[in-house]
Amino acid sequence: MASTHLPAPLFQARHLSKRYGDAEVVQDLSFDIAPGECLGVIGPNGAGKTTTIRMCLGLTTPDSGSIHALGLQMPQDALAIKAQLGVVSQMDTLDPDFSCAENLLVYGRYFGMQAALIKERIPSLLEFASLSSKAHAKPGELSGGMKRRLSLARALVNNPKLLLLDEPTTGLDPQARHLMWERLQLLLGQGKSILLTTHFMDEAERLCSRLLVLDHGRKIAEGAPRDLIAQHLEPDVVEVYGVGALALTESPLRTLASRVEVSGETVFFYTGNASALAQALAAYPQLRTLHRPANLEDLFLKLTGRQIREEA
Amino acid sequence: MKTVAAYATSTGATGQKPMSIWRAPQLSLRFWPVFLRNLLVWRKLAIPSLVGNIAEPLMWLVAFGYGMGALVGQITVPGAAGPVQVPYILFLASGSICMSAMQAASFEALYSAFSRMQVQKTWDGIMNAPVGLDDIVLAEMLWAAFKSLFTVTAILGVMLALNISHSPKLLLAWPILLGVGITFSCIALIFNALATGYDFFTYYFTLFLTPMMFLSGVFFPLEQLPTAVRVVADWLPLSNAVALVRPLFMDQWPTDAARHGLVLVAYTVVAFWLALALTRKRFRK
Repeated sequence: MASTHLPAPLFQARHLSKRYGDAEVVQDLSFDIAPGECLGVIGPNGAGKTTTIRMCLGLTTPDSGSIHALGLQMPQDALAIKAQLGVVSQMDTLDPDFSCAENLLVYGRYFGMQAALIKERIPSLLEFASLSSKAHAKPGELSGGMKRRLSLARALVNNPKLLLLDEPTTGLDPQARHLMWERLQLLLGQGKSILLTTHFMDEAERLCSRLLVLDHGRKIAEGAPRDLIAQHLEPDVVEVYGVGALALTESPLRTLASRVEVSGETVFFYTGNASALAQALAAYPQLRTLHRPANLEDLFLKLTGRQIREEA
Repeated sequence: MKTVAAYATSTGATGQKPMSIWRAPQLSLRFWPVFLRNLLVWRKLAIPSLVGNIAEPLMWLVAFGYGMGALVGQITVPGAAGPVQVPYILFLASGSICMSAMQAASFEALYSAFSRMQVQKTWDGIMNAPVGLDDIVLAEMLWAAFKSLFTVTAILGVMLALNISHSPKLLLAWPILLGVGITFSCIALIFNALATGYDFFTYYFTLFLTPMMFLSGVFFPLEQLPTAVRVVADWLPLSNAVALVRPLFMDQWPTDAARHGLVLVAYTVVAFWLALALTRKRFRK
């Protein structure tokens, strides 16, 4: 596109589809990753996030569609593309028999790097992962957060342009998650591009410049987090719970909200007129209310529904 | 209509057929860092594992060789220049070293490779780097063969020390035993590709390797077998390995060396191809 000033995409997926038997895991999925961008992929379990990442890596062959990355094409240039990628998969694949430093050394060699060059990089990689004091510890001695950071450091050993991170913070405690976010922001600041899948909407909102919402293998929304929220949701949410909350859905109060949802014992009023609703709710002192701006989680639940999936 | 047809053609052009699992192997020097990875792990445990690797074959050798050897005395084997009488311990040693090569390679290419492939997900980690599955399988195959050679070398050392054979032709037996390790690594990797868990390997050992041990002339000459069984036994990889290695222990040249060598090469090529195809199938998700 000569008319736009956007840089050419680093990564381009076009019309990807993949089916396993009768299940269409990914359907006609297209997306770009621009240089320096963090693209988030969110969706319920089974939405096709991991299959998409596997296709990006050439590990799963799409039934149709094409992938271009860094001026090369999957799957024929898979190895040349992977030489410039950093990957953190959902499950840790660290070598349990090696120390942190050895894990980095051994992994760097898979990229054809000279041992001397890797060894030169190890201290800064460990420092980046806040693991300098654990250089000689084995993964079995590390906490979950440390293991994920070691996986991230390992993915950086070849100084990649683009990182593919499949749920990098799943299972971590808040401290470890915040540290991971800080590190990912640092990488974005260095100009690296990131493709990130996550179940945490605060993570997606914080890190990602653009989001792809997947459900049942289809792209159901795409855009900047704030834009998506503005586009699909009312600005405010009032959550009401407590004895008699459910009865409110039948009361005249309902007209003050443009949309009302019930989940368990909680009623969600989506509204552009929160103050009127709050005033009206003052008449029900026994109810507990929470007034907040609409967020990405509201958007996610609106788009993908509140039901628990069978696969979940 | 024309637009629809054009669209169909264009998606057809971008669509990819999954590549056949039977396509030619794509092997490269990228296997080397994978081999090196296994070597680095093993270096940490080499000495304890050495004790485990050679203790059992040596116990068999000493118990059977000297115990049975005292009962059996000399044993007659066919040689290039007619039947030859050899002490039972020499007969057994030359067969059991082939068996050790087979077992060491099989253990590594089954239990250890499966741990790396399935349990630790080491292979998945490697494939996120620019290393293809074919090179990983090649590395595992060569690694299992290397470990088998290491075991064989240690046992050979003990046999030399026990004065069982001092034939200079043992120098040639050494690379042949590496070949035997390669053959059995390839065969074992077929079963690695098919395995659902460690229990699966018990079948391979009890239903395939153990009967082969008894039908390959390790403990007694093949001539003892009924003709029908002999026909099968002659084509087993282990019996061909024994036929190549045993004469070298007796300071003789093997008869029909080309045929035995070709049988082993054929097993190796077919098994590696099959192991590769089945491993590709396993990883094709």
